[in-house]
Amino acid sequence: MHISIEKRGYVSKKYYTSVYLISIFVAVILSSFIFLLRGINPFYAFSKIFQGSFGSPFGLKETIAKAIPLLLITEGLIVAFKGKFWNIGANGQLLVGATFATWIALNFGPYHSSISTITIMFLVGFLGGALFGLIPALLKVKLGINEIISTLMLNYIAEDFVEYLVYGPWKGKTQYGFPYTDNFPQSATLAQIPGTRISYITLIIALLSAVLIYLFIEKTKYGYEIKVTGENPHAARYSGIDFVKITIIMMLISGGLAGIAGVGEVAGIHRHLTYPAQISSGYGYTAIIVAWLAQLNPILAIVSAVFFGGILVGGDVIQTSLGFPFSTINAFNGLILIFVMVGNFFTEYKIKIRR
Amino acid sequence: MELDNIEFKSLELKDIYKEFPGVVANNKISLKINAGEIHALLGENGAGKTTLMNIIYGIYQPDDGEIFINGRKVFIDSPRTAMNYGIGMVHQHFMLVENHSVAENVALGLNRTKFLNPTEDIAKEIERYSNEIGLHVNPDAKIWQLSAGEQQRVEILKALMRGAKLLILDEPTSVLTPQEATELFKTVKKLVANGHSVIFITHKLEEVYELGGIVTVLRQGKVIGTTTTKDATKEELAKMMVGREIIFNLEKEKVEPGEVVVKVENIDVLSDKGIKAVKNLSFEIRKGEILGIAGVSGNGQKELVEALTGLRRVEKGKVIINNKEIQNRGAREIGEMGVAHIPEERIKYGIVPNFPVYENAVLRDYYKEPFSNRGFLNYKTIKDFTIKLVKDFSIATPSIETKTKLLSGGNIQKLILARETTTKSNFIVAAHPTYGLDIAATEYIRKLLLKKRKEGSAILLVSEDLEEILQLSDRVAVMFMGEFMGIVDPKKVSIEEIGLMMAGSLRKQEENNAHLN
Repeated sequence: MHISIEKRGYVSKKYYTSVYLISIFVAVILSSFIFLLRGINPFYAFSKIFQGSFGSPFGLKETIAKAIPLLLITEGLIVAFKGKFWNIGANGQLLVGATFATWIALNFGPYHSSISTITIMFLVGFLGGALFGLIPALLKVKLGINEIISTLMLNYIAEDFVEYLVYGPWKGKTQYGFPYTDNFPQSATLAQIPGTRISYITLIIALLSAVLIYLFIEKTKYGYEIKVTGENPHAARYSGIDFVKITIIMMLISGGLAGIAGVGEVAGIHRHLTYPAQISSGYGYTAIIVAWLAQLNPILAIVSAVFFGGILVGGDVIQTSLGFPFSTINAFNGLILIFVMVGNFFTEYKIKIRR
Repeated sequence: MELDNIEFKSLELKDIYKEFPGVVANNKISLKINAGEIHALLGENGAGKTTLMNIIYGIYQPDDGEIFINGRKVFIDSPRTAMNYGIGMVHQHFMLVENHSVAENVALGLNRTKFLNPTEDIAKEIERYSNEIGLHVNPDAKIWQLSAGEQQRVEILKALMRGAKLLILDEPTSVLTPQEATELFKTVKKLVANGHSVIFITHKLEEVYELGGIVTVLRQGKVIGTTTTKDATKEELAKMMVGREIIFNLEKEKVEPGEVVVKVENIDVLSDKGIKAVKNLSFEIRKGEILGIAGVSGNGQKELVEALTGLRRVEKGKVIINNKEIQNRGAREIGEMGVAHIPEERIKYGIVPNFPVYENAVLRDYYKEPFSNRGFLNYKTIKDFTIKLVKDFSIATPSIETKTKLLSGGNIQKLILARETTTKSNFIVAAHPTYGLDIAATEYIRKLLLKKRKEGSAILLVSEDLEEILQLSDRVAVMFMGEFMGIVDPKKVSIEEIGLMMAGSLRKQEENNAHLN
């Protein structure tokens, strides 16, 4: 028997779509073994997850609340990934954005109107994330340091920094010794759709970001330059595209959007800065999967962000109702990412078997 | 199967079929090679020669068809299997470890290599072969110290010492000087006299006659015929190869060179390794003139081209184009000053393979009006422009939305030329513009360059194809080790002279430069 791997030429949309659906399906099948091992009927578990995330009003509200930061981060990651800049540091960028916004909330908020406070919080949140994203960009273009390593490591720096703040200088006087900053003043909190944890503003910004990033990538000069740089850096050089400039632009946007997600979390959900793991909830990592599931399409990312929002909520559900650890969801997410990647392989190559 | 215990009698291919996305590379090819034979495989680039050899050598598996060795059906699923059957291959690009010695390279992967002191016996064996077949090479020399011709000998030695009885040489002369090629032919003849068989892949007719023996002509993946050099004339073989008479006497009108467009003064350029690749080079190109640069690749041509187009630093000296100093200005600025660049390795540098045709059509000008407006790209204009390019340059593509990687090499090159020559540039740097293209595309591109010459462009043509250089150029510079061995008149120089200059053993003063200075 002879097995060989060959490149595919033209691939139809139909084939493309079915490969992805099959990939997700296989991931779901495999993850059902996790439940089987514990003696739980996977159908029961999945129906619980579905009920908890999409099948009930409360679940749906939570799903959307989690989809918002995921979408914001994903849109940023799409920009970086299109340029083949592997930003694994959205978690850190989110935290820095949240920290910047917290400073404004606590020091500027009490004396100013809601409109100006919130506006400035979003602006500095974007700025914080963007600056934190700028570090790995500069390290790469100036010193040739691999961005996967640097963005990943910067996550830990951001986490430890936030931890230092909430246990140390920023620890709230009114929080009974808990590692929280003081609660934000009213002017620095975001209004929520009644009965939910969804804030109007972040929802609108997130949806808007999807449209803007789509236009940015598909219609603008910089979007074109990012795509050329990502697809063929040699051709980018030949065409005279400024690699340094384009890398910086990519990471300012990518980090900035993660920063905005951070503002949404502190101002809309928690209303104070606290443990980094609570603020970021690993969104920065989950968003990587969201981006790939959406095939780096900014509009499809809306669907895949909601899907993963649901999965995260489902994780809470199986934790409370089935007694499963939350990390079960991480295993599931990992399976999805792996199978989407395998799916990617099958859209580019085919395996030929000859007897 | 154990090594060395198979006696090679014959290799037979029956109806070999191999398809790649969009192309049938081998269409039912049948072929027989007997022991002690030289079998030339003649065909243009893209005729399917290399694919067929890669199938024999186990790199590809055929989609259909059978292979027989000594009359027995075999499956060759890897180069290792091929070697065990006594088949060896010398690729166009050598597969040697540069920092290792000759003996170490030969010992690598050889079954009988000892664990301790591996090269001891090997070195002796190399010397034995050297004397027997005339493959002279110093076993202790490092690969990077060797010329291309010597490296090729190492590859042949490697194959022979792995027990190859049938040796496949894939376009072996493409990296050699004419003198080195003559040496190779002697070696091939000695090998055959010793009972080896050789498959010699080439697209050069002269080589086929130099070697003599059996010739199989391939065209578009099919066997057109098998004959011998005694039974067929050069003209007949040429016709079989291209499918029509070659009308390669391009009409080259007389153009009186105008003012100086390009002036290069004493430039030094470094290679990637930091070695001086271009040494104190000076030349001029006038309006309506083609300066051809001949030479074996790796003698500084690439670095020169990159320096002129802003992709590499000029360490010393000046480059003046249209009376402006442009050295070290960056690719974009230099492009805007009127320099068009047709890059070598067109798929690597010239296009983004996954982009649709229309996005590649503006790769160099996308940021300018009317394609770009306040940061937004005007895709309507871009598509209209592309449709016009596709029509004007008869680029064969299903649509302008097609991914560019699905186009043939010739059409990709046409797209690049279309893009580069429709801008208002008056200096065209063309690096290997017809490399790997079929006759029709080659002819089209050469005609286009001549047209631009007539319209008043100054053109720098870098090519390894001597015929092309001699046919198109008004003056020919032969480059060797970063220097010009001379600039000669293509009408007066002989191939032998150019060959000697390419090998660095002849230096000529420019004869026809009266109109310069």
